[in-house]
Order: sequence, then structure tokens, then C-alpha cells
Amino acid sequence: MRAWDVLTFTITVLSRQRFRALMLLLAIGVGVCSVIALTALGEGARGYVLEQFSFLGTDTLVILPGRQETTGGMPPLTGAATRDITLADAEAIRDFVPGVRRVAPIVLGAAEIRYQSRARETIVMGTTADFLRIRQLQRATGSNLPDADFDQAQPFAVVGGKVQRELFGGRSAVGHWLRIGNRRFRVIGVLSGRGDSFGLDLSDAVLVPVASAQQLFNRHGMFRVLVGVHPGRNRQAAQRQIEQLMQSRHQGERDVTIVSPDAILAGFSQIMGSLTVLVASIAAISLLVAGIMTMNIMLISVRSRTEEIGLLMALGASPGQVRMLFLIEAGSMAAAGACAGVVAGFILVAVGRALYPEVPFQVPVRVVLAGVGTAVMTALFFAWIPARQAAALPPVTALLKGH
Amino acid sequence: MIELREVTRRFEVGDETVFGLHEISLTVPQGEYVSVSGPSGSGKSTLLNVLGLLDRPDAGEYLLAGEATRRLGEERRAALRRQHVGFVFQAYHLIPRMTARENIELPMVLGGMAPAERRRRSDLALERLGLSERATHLPRQLSGGQRQRVAIGRAIVLEPALLLADEPTGNLDSEASAEVTALLESLNANGITLLVVTHDPDTARRAHRRLRMLDGRIVQDQAGPARES
Repeated sequence: MRAWDVLTFTITVLSRQRFRALMLLLAIGVGVCSVIALTALGEGARGYVLEQFSFLGTDTLVILPGRQETTGGMPPLTGAATRDITLADAEAIRDFVPGVRRVAPIVLGAAEIRYQSRARETIVMGTTADFLRIRQLQRATGSNLPDADFDQAQPFAVVGGKVQRELFGGRSAVGHWLRIGNRRFRVIGVLSGRGDSFGLDLSDAVLVPVASAQQLFNRHGMFRVLVGVHPGRNRQAAQRQIEQLMQSRHQGERDVTIVSPDAILAGFSQIMGSLTVLVASIAAISLLVAGIMTMNIMLISVRSRTEEIGLLMALGASPGQVRMLFLIEAGSMAAAGACAGVVAGFILVAVGRALYPEVPFQVPVRVVLAGVGTAVMTALFFAWIPARQAAALPPVTALLKGH
Repeated sequence: MIELREVTRRFEVGDETVFGLHEISLTVPQGEYVSVSGPSGSGKSTLLNVLGLLDRPDAGEYLLAGEATRRLGEERRAALRRQHVGFVFQAYHLIPRMTARENIELPMVLGGMAPAERRRRSDLALERLGLSERATHLPRQLSGGQRQRVAIGRAIVLEPALLLADEPTGNLDSEASAEVTALLESLNANGITLLVVTHDPDTARRAHRRLRMLDGRIVQDQAGPARES
């Protein structure tokens, strides 16, 4: 038979059993759709987290006060510190650890900021010029914090884009004086972009020199210290030396935690592995269900068309042709269902993108191909038995039914 | 055209063995017009099925157009069937979802013939059957006689040498019956070997050679013009 004839024959058969065909279409479509949607979710989550970590790069270390023995997983957000990390500690790391290129100590707090009659409660981060460099943050206008000594409490501030919008009403904030708590700061720069990290939205924050933040919040210890290592230098060695330095400065206590992006990403890839297994098992279950449905539907189709099968054989169809016709019937239903599933899956992904623009949902082409391919192969596999039954029908008994 | 050598076909019915065909030997030359009659269960239909390669004998040998068929694979038997044999059934066996033309084209579709050639042949067949205006009708929109003519068109469209008809007029009134019989006989006149199974004595008498079956054996084999008895 010609391919086109097989197709038209199959279409007329399917159009006679629309309900059955539709149900199978639905079962396979839901399976393929769920694979695509879950994969997009997984890829989106992976992309989101990688993006969050990308600022750290592979040559960045984060030092937190307190000792955590757990490795992997998310970094502890609060440390039960026995001893603060001081500005002097950060200076020592910058000056004495070989390979260290940048050091950005961070003091974090919330304060009311005021410009003329407008006031707003925001995050105020005390840090150094290196913070913007380590985080690879861009400025819309103005300049970075000055490269001064850590302990110089200069009255300069770099504000986020949202702060500029809300307080200055769209006009440039650079050069204006801003009141934070009970101190006055001059705005010298404005950040561009969102600068999101771990739920901290830097566009809605104000950066000031670290010593100024210490005075504002009357806080001595650092929230954390970001350390940038020279590219090409051994980061592990730097990590060990920082540990030793901190230990010697803290009277032999090992009371800081140093986190590297590697450790965090290792923990994360474990989570991603579990998610992949979950996606695979959901796909397997739905395809198994669809497969069993395929077998049932095809068995019914063979039963109800016994007479036709006998006739086809009397007209010269070989058993192989009859088997092929039934396999193609199942395969084309599966293919149509799978395509509908792909379309539905991509609609879900589009909805997801619209709702959560910051998560990079995406569907790899290989997943689409694998989903469709597996659906069709499963249908053919489960249709094999009914198709073989049809082909093995003796033409005589098949025709007798009509009498 | 047809040669049966001591062909036996047994059926197991409960514990009993029933002979559909019992050591039948029969030779039918090309172009003959044969009728097969006999009571129900005498083996007429079994004979027809064996001759049409729809059923396989348990013993003996069946030669169709000179080729021994008993031990052939199903694929080859299907090809022989398509090449040499046309079937006409009492219940027409048209596919209800297909038009008259599509039903006639079905054997050519199964044989993989090009659409243009199919179209040419089905046009010819429809015209010959006087059904040109009914080409796009579905079987349920046709009368019994028209349906049987479509079925005959389907049987002969590949120009087989052997036409097997199982009670072709069994479901028809006398007028349609006469029409269909005339059509079959005109095909025979053009050279096709025609074998009609019937239990209607009048139909049986029209054939040039008349077989009578009983209990799986051929008990009577008359040739020549039938005499009024």
C-alpha cells in the first residue's frame, strides 16, 4: 500500500470512532504535556539558581561568622557567632592572604531613608567599592563607592533604581543629599537592573561605606565578607589560608564558615537529580497508563472490525498489511496526542514565563523529541498484541460474522 | 485454472471430527461456468474458501494457476489471491464508511497501485456496472442490487481469472437477482472462470457444469446444457 493510502484509510477509521480516539489522544497528550511542563520547571529552577550564583563566579568565597559543619545545601543565613568578624579581620585578609584580589565586608540593616518630604523604609548595606565589582553590578549613572580605607565613614551613598524612582520621582538622584536614620549622605551613583540575590532586591537598597553603616546601626561585626580571589590562583589554598588567619586572629578558635560556590552548587545538583527522577517517573507512569489504554482501544477496534479484516484479506491484503494498518492506527493516534501535548506543554511554559519572568523556564528540544518519540513507541509496543491478533485472524471466521 | 488433488479439510466440533471436504479431486479449466449446490453443511462454502485461498486444506494439494498452494506462506497466498481471485459474497461485505468508488478501488489500494491508474480502472468498472452516477454514494445509500454490483466491480477490477461467488443473489429480490446473474454470466462470457455456490436450483441449472455436494464429497458432476427435469 502507498503511504498516502494508509494515511487516508487510517483517518477514515479514526473518524468513525472519534470518542475512543479522543480519549487516547487525551491520555497521551496529558503524559507528554506533563513531561514538558515539569522539565521546563526543572530547567527554570536550575537556571534561576545558577543565575543567582553566577555573580559569585568560581573565584569567590563567602565568609560568615559562626561555625557550621554542614557541607552543601544553602548557606546559613544567620550564624550563631561566638566572635564577630571585624573590619580589621577583613583588612587582614585583604593585606596578608596571597591571591586575594578583592574584599567586600558587609554590614546589613534596615533604616528609614528620607528625601525632602518623602520617606521610605529600605535595606541599607554597608560595604566597599569591591562589592559592586565582585557582584558585577552595573551603574546607571554616577560613580561607585570610593576606594577608601575600610574604617573611613564617608557620607556617600549608591542607591538602587527603585529607590531613585520612589524617592526622586524619576529625576536623577546623583548629587542630592539623602537622610538615612539621623545622618545625611550624598548620592554619588545609581544602580541599574534588578540585582536580585537570595531574596535581597538591591534595586530597593542603599549602599553606603561599611564604616558608615557600622555607625548607623551601631554594629561592630560583619554580616558576611565576600572575597574575590585572583583568577587562576588556587581558591582552595586561599580558603585554607583565610581559615588559618582567622583562627590565629581569634585566639585559636575556628569560628567562621567559608562557603564556596562549588559546595552550594554540589548540593543543588543533588536536588536537581531528584527532580529529574521525579519527572522521569511521572512520565513513565502516564505513558504506561496511555499504553494500556492504547492496547484496550486497539483490542476493541480489532473486535469490532473482524468482518472488515476478513474482507481485506479476501481482497488480497496480507497478514503483514493488516498488522501494519492497526499499528499505524495506534501510532497516528499517539502521534496526534503527543503533538497536542507538546502544544499544551508550551502554552503552560508561556504562562509560567508570564507569571514568573525572573525564572528562565525552557524546554530543551531533546526533551520534546524524547517525549513524542516515547509516546509513539509505547503506543506501538502496546498495539503490537492487538495488531498481531488481527493479522492472525483466519479470513473465513472473520467473514462468517457477517452472515 | 483450478486443480484439487484429494483435498481434505476437517473441523473439530466438540469431540467430533466433521469433514468439510473429504478427499475431493476436481479440475476446472479456464473460462468454465460452474455451480456448486447442496444442503447446508455439505461443504460448499468450505470448498469456496479453499479455492479462494481463504482456508487451508489439511491434506491433499491445491494448484491455482499451476502453483501448489498448501504449503505457501500467508504473504504469498495473499499475493496469489489478489492476482487471481475475486470474491462476491451474499452479504456484499462493502466497507460502510467508503463510497462505491472507494470500495471498488480497495483491492488496488491494497496492491499499491498508483491513484491515476486506480481512477481509470474504477471509472471503467463503474461505467460497465451502470453505476457511474452512484460513484460517490455510500453503501447505505444504495439498493441491494446496486450494492452487489459494486461488490462485483470490486471483485473484478484487478481482472482476476477466477471469480468465486457465495450465494450472490441470496439477499436480492428476483429482479435484482436476474440483473446480478446476467452480469456474472456476461463476465464469464468474456473469459473469466465463474464458480457460483447456491442452493437455489434455478440458479444452479444455469451453469454449464453443475456440482452437487453432500457430506464433504462431490456426489454429482454434470456437464453440458441442463435439461428441464
